[in-house]
Amino acid sequence: MKNTNKSKSLDQIKKIIKEQKQARKEDDKITLTVSSGTCGQARGSMEVIDSLKETIEQKQLEDKVRVKVTGCHGFCEAEPNIIFQPDNIFYQHVKPKHSKDIIEKTALNKEILDQLLYTDPSTNEKAKKDEDISFYTKQERLVLGDNVLIDPTDINDYFSIGGYNSLLKTLETLNPEQVINTVKSSGIRGRGGAGFPTGIKWEFTRKAKSDEKYIICNADEGDPGAYMDRSLMEGNPHRVLEGMIIGAYAIGANQGFIYIRDEYPLALKNITLAIQQAKEFGLLGQNILDTGFGLEINIVKGAGAFVCGEETALIASVEGKVGEPKQRPPFPAVKGLWKKPTNINNVETWGNIPLIIEKGADWYSQIGTKDSKGTKIFSLVGKINNTGLVEVPMGITLREIIFDIGGGIPEGKKFKAVQTGGPSGGCLPAEKLDLPIDYESLTEAGSIMGSGGMIVMDENTCMVDVAKYFLNFLRDESCGKCLSCREGTQRMWEIVNKITEGNGKKGDIELLEELAYAVKDASMCGLGQTAANPVLSTLRYFRDEYEAHVVDKKCPAGVCKDLIRYIIIEDKCTGCMACIKPCPEDAITGELKKVHTLDENKCIRCGACYEACKFDAIKIE
Amino acid sequence: MINLKLNKLDVKAEQGWTILETAKYYGLEIPTLCYNEGLSTYGGCRLCLVEIGEGENTKLVSSCTYPVEEGLVVHTDTKRVLNARKMMIELMLSVAPNSKTIQDLASKFGVTQMRFEARNEECILCGLCVRMCAEQMDGKAIGFQNRGHKRKISTPFDVRSEECRLCGGCMYICPACQLRCHGPDPDSDVCNACLTMDPTCVDVYDELQCWMYDAGRCGTCVREEEPNKKDIQNADKK
Amino acid sequence: MNVQTDKVKSFINKYNCKQSALIAILQEIQAEYNYLPKNALIYVSQQLHIPLIDIIGVATFYSAFSLEPKGEHTVKVCMGTACHVRGGPKILEEFERRLEIESGHTTDDKQFSLDTVACLECCAIGPVVVVDENYHAQTSIRNVDTILKKYRKKEKKNEEHQ
Repeated sequence: MKNTNKSKSLDQIKKIIKEQKQARKEDDKITLTVSSGTCGQARGSMEVIDSLKETIEQKQLEDKVRVKVTGCHGFCEAEPNIIFQPDNIFYQHVKPKHSKDIIEKTALNKEILDQLLYTDPSTNEKAKKDEDISFYTKQERLVLGDNVLIDPTDINDYFSIGGYNSLLKTLETLNPEQVINTVKSSGIRGRGGAGFPTGIKWEFTRKAKSDEKYIICNADEGDPGAYMDRSLMEGNPHRVLEGMIIGAYAIGANQGFIYIRDEYPLALKNITLAIQQAKEFGLLGQNILDTGFGLEINIVKGAGAFVCGEETALIASVEGKVGEPKQRPPFPAVKGLWKKPTNINNVETWGNIPLIIEKGADWYSQIGTKDSKGTKIFSLVGKINNTGLVEVPMGITLREIIFDIGGGIPEGKKFKAVQTGGPSGGCLPAEKLDLPIDYESLTEAGSIMGSGGMIVMDENTCMVDVAKYFLNFLRDESCGKCLSCREGTQRMWEIVNKITEGNGKKGDIELLEELAYAVKDASMCGLGQTAANPVLSTLRYFRDEYEAHVVDKKCPAGVCKDLIRYIIIEDKCTGCMACIKPCPEDAITGELKKVHTLDENKCIRCGACYEACKFDAIKIE
Repeated sequence: MINLKLNKLDVKAEQGWTILETAKYYGLEIPTLCYNEGLSTYGGCRLCLVEIGEGENTKLVSSCTYPVEEGLVVHTDTKRVLNARKMMIELMLSVAPNSKTIQDLASKFGVTQMRFEARNEECILCGLCVRMCAEQMDGKAIGFQNRGHKRKISTPFDVRSEECRLCGGCMYICPACQLRCHGPDPDSDVCNACLTMDPTCVDVYDELQCWMYDAGRCGTCVREEEPNKKDIQNADKK
Repeated sequence: MNVQTDKVKSFINKYNCKQSALIAILQEIQAEYNYLPKNALIYVSQQLHIPLIDIIGVATFYSAFSLEPKGEHTVKVCMGTACHVRGGPKILEEFERRLEIESGHTTDDKQFSLDTVACLECCAIGPVVVVDENYHAQTSIRNVDTILKKYRKKEKKNEEHQ
């Protein structure tokens, strides 16, 4: 650990920020920012970065062009992508072979490479800059936007965009009560799930009497299909830290924890580095910037349990125990970690705090709806053209997100449902597309905001199968303490499984519904109380699909294996033999240029032939 | 002292009491299974559910773990409570249909059918044995393992634990170990032998006429329809 | 597997023998041996003064831990929602068929362990399969065999080198 006397005073940090800001202003190098979060890397961003750097070195252009490795730019579909600064030219699907042209033509001569531009699927127009892309135009990237600008491993880069200014403002001009009042009147609510007002939560913990208090950053992002917290930690870890330091100051905590998912190695690496750098600059430690206020932040790695997203389970896990939720009250604000008052917020909530302090509560509370303020980051995934992280003001409609930002459904298929809120949420049908999104409206519609997962489903998605999927997830992830949740999710899964296998009988749907309400009512923690939502919401909007499975023994979407069969359409089959080899059971036979035959008795309905056929000659019935 | 409302009665409770303790103090019966006075509370069986709150803002909580708060409004026998409780008993029954304790609960609360496939696992994971072993016998020989539907109670590595002194405390306290009494139809999922007694109230919910001071305590008057013996027998045969 | 007490001891010391560090210590052991050996757990129990049954409880509660040795390569098939609607379960079935094991198990020759993972949060490129640390994006039933071959081959090459 660094010596405390090396740490800086408030004025010194102010000076550093000023210098860094100035340096950024005067910077005349062309910067190629490469989106390189976990999914960017999975798509090959590191190879692109290496080859760009190599090209720059070869041509000795180090003083003119630089490559900046940044966190995720949000537009996952386009990755690996590059955004040029200062011109904001946006290149997608970049490969190492493009490096030479990118450097020589675009960076040095401003010549645009057409083949790397994004083409709008609806208008077929090419977009030159990020702001021209429909995916970005309707967004308001207040929290995520800085990801594009900074190298997350360099605290100076964060300083250069005014980072830690909010902390300085807090320490210099605000007392803890003023901070809490600002957060309260901003109207921000927890971004992790239930949407509890953040300021009120802070106040509870502040008012609790204790010699020691803790703050925790919940980075155990477990909802399948939601990854905004990872992206923020990977791409802008200092922002999360800044929020936490401000919060600790307001609450009166001197010890903080970041509970991070084990499956997030890059986020872990960046946030660890950020803590180390913040310490070196005296922004963390015993005596922060000589103000007398101290905060240490430790990292705790999760070990893979969805239920640990629940506050009391998370606390148990930090204590090294089994992540079983406990009865609330007492609430963590009164009796939390090691029985001391503890305030838990999720990554995105902490990431909003510097913004609120910087721009003020009035400014912040003008964004959003009456009861839901600010922006929310959603991860738009599934059957959608523009997969990615989108940050939008509360109150925007589902239609705007899915069709304007998301670019609609691929292959011209029909929209069927959107699942929000993860396993605790629900599926909303087309008639809810014009629903303005906020905490209340989603709950009323039978779903929840949750952490912001948004999984789009098309006509080929079976809603009974989706319910089965979530039940399977939940029966595994339930801690197993409450009978209602443990047995309830298991029995609901059994019923739904039976239905998808074609063995559903009259009364099953009613029993499922009755059981779902009992599980919702009788369980202790948030996981159990919401575990029935996937069932209840699909029953509410797609009951006919359940009935088709039970009564007609048909899966209208063609998903449930036991209720479908694959057929070769004779008119379309060209006899190319492409489907014969992939079939694991040798169920397809035929000769070249002759119509093939499929033996239904051998067919295990794996779909390999369907995928292999280029002529749409195999259909699902 | 803490003031709260229990089934519309104003009552007082000591700081730190649970709803269940308060109810017991006032002589109100709330069914329990995983609760035992000599052990720490657990809250896993969900039988002792009560409804708290007022107006639209009510919810069910386990009374054995929920601490009393000033101004708390509690109802122990609302329809919502009874429905949830019945479902819990039905779920328990499907796991351990041979347990006398659970069959008795089913009889008492009018659970006349079991719509889930019986699994005959016997252990309902109420955790009484785990707490008995650790808290009363100072043993720590058994504990919960895995999570969710794979949760089980066992010894380390599923072999006899060195900590185990064969005291038998776990078996003594187990609610699922004692086999059910076999009535006229021993193969039925639900025995319901005890239900052959007539219910004490024949009318629907009527607060003024209830001879007990807390309408609905016995759980019989809130039924929409009186279960008719024939129906019960039919349900048994299913 | 032989468990070196020294090694486990060093993990425990790294966290100052703190009981609250149990999960972190188990993570280190899991990373070192690819599973939690029985005697390592007994040793941790003695050193941290935590009853063995409680350690087993923690070790079996969290999915990051395994009490059984894992294979040479670990195949993880993403079961996230986005991968699910894009055909993840079919990929899993294909792996199960090819490896002749059910998910959660290891092949007899100890070459492959097959696991499912809740969500790898790279939904844009689903269905995703991760073998060891390598991501395989947009997999289909057809390239399951190719993926497996790649790792099988590596094995052979290594043998040749030796």
